[in-house]
Amino acid sequence: MNEFRMPSLGADMEAGTLVEWKIAVGDSVRRGDVVALVETDKGVIDVEIFDDGVVEALCVTPGETLPVGTVLARLTGLATEEPEEASTPSRVPAARPKPPKRPESPEAVTSTAASSGREAEAHATPGARRRAAELGVDVMQLTGTGLDGRVTLADVEVLAGFANGATAVELPAASPAPSRTPADDPAAAMRRAIAAAMSRANRDIPHYALFRDVDLGRALEWLADHNARLPPDQRLLPAALLAKACALALRRVPALNAYWHDGGLQPAEAVHLGWAISLRGGGLVAPALHAADQLELPVLMQRLSDLVSRARRGGLRSSELAEATCTVTSLGERGADGVVGVIYPPQVALIGIGRISPRPRVVDDAVVPRPQATFSLMGDHRASDGQTGSRLLDVIDELLQEPERL
Amino acid sequence: MSGQDMRVVLAEALASVAPEADFDSLRDEEDLREALELDSMDFFNFIVAVHKATGVDIPERDYPELATLAGAMAYLGR
Repeated sequence: MNEFRMPSLGADMEAGTLVEWKIAVGDSVRRGDVVALVETDKGVIDVEIFDDGVVEALCVTPGETLPVGTVLARLTGLATEEPEEASTPSRVPAARPKPPKRPESPEAVTSTAASSGREAEAHATPGARRRAAELGVDVMQLTGTGLDGRVTLADVEVLAGFANGATAVELPAASPAPSRTPADDPAAAMRRAIAAAMSRANRDIPHYALFRDVDLGRALEWLADHNARLPPDQRLLPAALLAKACALALRRVPALNAYWHDGGLQPAEAVHLGWAISLRGGGLVAPALHAADQLELPVLMQRLSDLVSRARRGGLRSSELAEATCTVTSLGERGADGVVGVIYPPQVALIGIGRISPRPRVVDDAVVPRPQATFSLMGDHRASDGQTGSRLLDVIDELLQEPERL
Repeated sequence: MSGQDMRVVLAEALASVAPEADFDSLRDEEDLREALELDSMDFFNFIVAVHKATGVDIPERDYPELATLAGAMAYLGR
């Protein structure tokens, strides 16, 4: 028996609304299958399942808004599978609470569970407080992973899982919907989600910023030559070269391709490059290009183009939203010259790329016009130092001087 | 291809990259990228869509000629 729960699609997600089931009771599903459409602050997302199995029960009906962690369906036929996290080693969990501090004695239970006043309200969501009360634990002792660091129902559920020797804890299907419903005003909901995540990042992460002006003359010449021989649909944009260079550099500087969890660095096992895409209705989304360092340029270009299209019209997958290991924000041809951004937690770095423009550069003692872009690296100073960040910019620069090898 | 057909092709290509765009209020001389907030990838996909619908090759160096509806119509009409 296994449970399929409302996934956390990034640090800024607290709840989602089930729009449609793509499965029925009795269906066989495989890991990676899209099993449901869920509306979030980032639009309607294709939610994938993490395990193989047979659908035994659908626990919620379309239209319900459910906190992250709510059991949505039950599966059987998973004799060889461990619960979700163990069976998906490549997936770094988006949220991991502190190991539970179990009360020492029955008296402690009573006294700690009693702290349910205003302090607790600010510290945990209503669903989390109610569940915590049922379990007799004190929400004040938990580290939250929700909006503004609040303890969410998912945090309590994970704690419950630990406390019960990893036995999954059943959640009533009709759990209380949060006050915020993503469906009523998508743009405003997305704004609120970005506001919460970025405020938290700015408050919790001591950022440092580094810059490097990269000469892109060779890369652009190689690109023009490459594209001249191909029909429009097979051509590459500079973005593909830049993304590939960033991904390869992250592989070589793994300390920046990682998550910050519980006061420690947790390196990612693959380079899932987040690519920031601004949406015309306002807001932005940074879905992952999975294993971007492994993709040949034409494939990477196709994936990037597909990602942008789906960000615009819907159809991003849950794995794309939950699994970015380091994000790139590229301002494009008409953007500003450089960017100092805010890291998207729990990631530990953000790579910024300003617009490519011709600027003076000293080459062999002469000042010559060269197409250049200012690369920036925002690092989480808890997780790395400027030396590591500099190394990443060095490697990106180096890679872009040999575009034919990307 | 008639002017009207070309306009339909361009409208469909733009709708495919910017589904929420208001094509009717777009003026012929307006910069497409400014007016419809197209980024590099959107513009790339617009060129690909026009190429697929018309068979015209459109080398990269000609992209600036397709910056407006009027420019694109003139280019495809050649």
